[in-house]
Amino acid sequence: MAAQSSPHPRPSIGRRKIAEALFKVLGLCSLAIGVGTLVLLFGALLVEGVTRIDWQFLMSFPSRHAAKAGILPAWVGSTLIMLVTAVVGVPLGVAAAIYLEEYARRTWMTELIEVTVTNLAGVPSIIYGLLALGLFVYILGLGENILVAGLTLALLILPVVIVTTREAIRAIPVEIREAAYALGATKWQTVAHHVLPYSAAGILTGIILALSRAIGETAPIVTIGALTFIAFLPPAPITTHPPYVSFDWLLSPFTVMPIQMFGWVSRPGEDFASNAAAAGVLLVGMTLAMNGVAIYLRYRMRKQVTW
Amino acid sequence: MNLVESPHAQDWPKPLKAETRALSFSYGSRLALKNLSIPIAEYQITALIGPSGCGKSTFLRCFNRMHDLYAGNRYEGEILLYPDSRNILAREVDPIEVRMRVAMVFQKPNPFPKSIYENVAYGLRVRGTTDRQLLDEKVEQALRSAALWEEVKDRLLARATSLSGGQQQRLCIARALATDPEMLLLDEPTSALDPMATASIEELLLDLKKRVTILIVTHNMQQAARVSDWTAFMYLGELVEFGLTKQLFTTPSKKQTEDYITGRFG
Repeated sequence: MAAQSSPHPRPSIGRRKIAEALFKVLGLCSLAIGVGTLVLLFGALLVEGVTRIDWQFLMSFPSRHAAKAGILPAWVGSTLIMLVTAVVGVPLGVAAAIYLEEYARRTWMTELIEVTVTNLAGVPSIIYGLLALGLFVYILGLGENILVAGLTLALLILPVVIVTTREAIRAIPVEIREAAYALGATKWQTVAHHVLPYSAAGILTGIILALSRAIGETAPIVTIGALTFIAFLPPAPITTHPPYVSFDWLLSPFTVMPIQMFGWVSRPGEDFASNAAAAGVLLVGMTLAMNGVAIYLRYRMRKQVTW
Repeated sequence: MNLVESPHAQDWPKPLKAETRALSFSYGSRLALKNLSIPIAEYQITALIGPSGCGKSTFLRCFNRMHDLYAGNRYEGEILLYPDSRNILAREVDPIEVRMRVAMVFQKPNPFPKSIYENVAYGLRVRGTTDRQLLDEKVEQALRSAALWEEVKDRLLARATSLSGGQQQRLCIARALATDPEMLLLDEPTSALDPMATASIEELLLDLKKRVTILIVTHNMQQAARVSDWTAFMYLGELVEFGLTKQLFTTPSKKQTEDYITGRFG
């Protein structure tokens, strides 16, 4: 017995307890520094900016006069770009993940692709901007517009979507897949009827988190030529004459929230600073709202899927 | 071949639903089944027994080509499915075709996280059945066959995962029966269940064999003795003895079989 071989266990317990108490204090300090800084930063932003947020601010174009300036083109631009990013990035990412996880045979090629995809998730976003500038703007000649910005951010979120989708798919027990196959289902039926529905919560969470990262991206957007001062909206997607839908907005110049914010920060004067703070609060709000939706979806769907 | 050596060889069952001929199977370079020739009697229950790792589950999963789902597995020899004597291991035979004829119930109840109704209807849906009335009929029929209808008829749209373990396993049996398979494979179907649920499944199997040929893997020798007509005792991937369950359990011809069924090893 261990107790008999060490006749005096008490001093050892005391020493180990001290180490435990030390770590508790250390951990608490780390937590306080991390969370405290964030709360302080956001609090300062909130105090400075929140009073500036009103209907006029949301619905006005930028102006030389801080009090008349608004953020309309920026949030419209951000929203439209997110739309393009999601429409392009999500199907590509999810399909690629399904292929890697369910279809691809394990070979050195798939191993290499996996490692590459995982690493791509950590590549600095400006690199994506440069790539997009070369590919979309110079080689393909698509111009500097919403479409290109959306495609760029789609590239940026692709690895994240692939990685999170694969993780969500992997969480499905192998017994469930085997049950489907044993009933004569094809691979596609198994994926469409089981794998995708049961992993939807995890996949959606990943998508929203990826999008909420993309919405704050500035560097790649600047690289492909976003404007900082823009006094018009993209053409409306719905028109009054046939065919009633228009995709002209895709080719419109644009700006986005973080760029507008930066534009105001770099201008002298208290008034513009509070505009910038207000834009910051809105941006953080958009991000938090998206994360909130992700948490809610995960909660709702997890409750439905139990093994 | 093994069976020729067996004193029970003259008791070769008749008629046959299936038969393995010199079946070997390997996971990559590891040989898991060695040259097995075992007959499966029609409308009878054949039990596979043996210590863990003897290959009995591996053998069972050859019958619906489950091993095809994973890379690096290799079959040799034949599994003939009667009456058409189709070698279901042949390259040109689609595993999906095999799985449409031979259904399977797994060790752990594995209902889909869908409704009870959708679980049972799934095999038919996969085959493209959309006729609501036909689906309703088949679902009821299958649930009745699995002795579950009375318990769930008022809550067919409830989640399958809300059922008890024993009910879930009977649901899985109903799901497997809904497509009228020719053969039913059961891989230790009661190992996750309590004695009451186990008894009800065993009773069910005895009733089911009138309609479907059953091949069951069990680590529970009493269960094999209670439910099966024929028993194959396997050890280290080889067939040690095959025969009528009554004979194999009372007068085994091999020392190894006797040691195993009397609990001296395994």
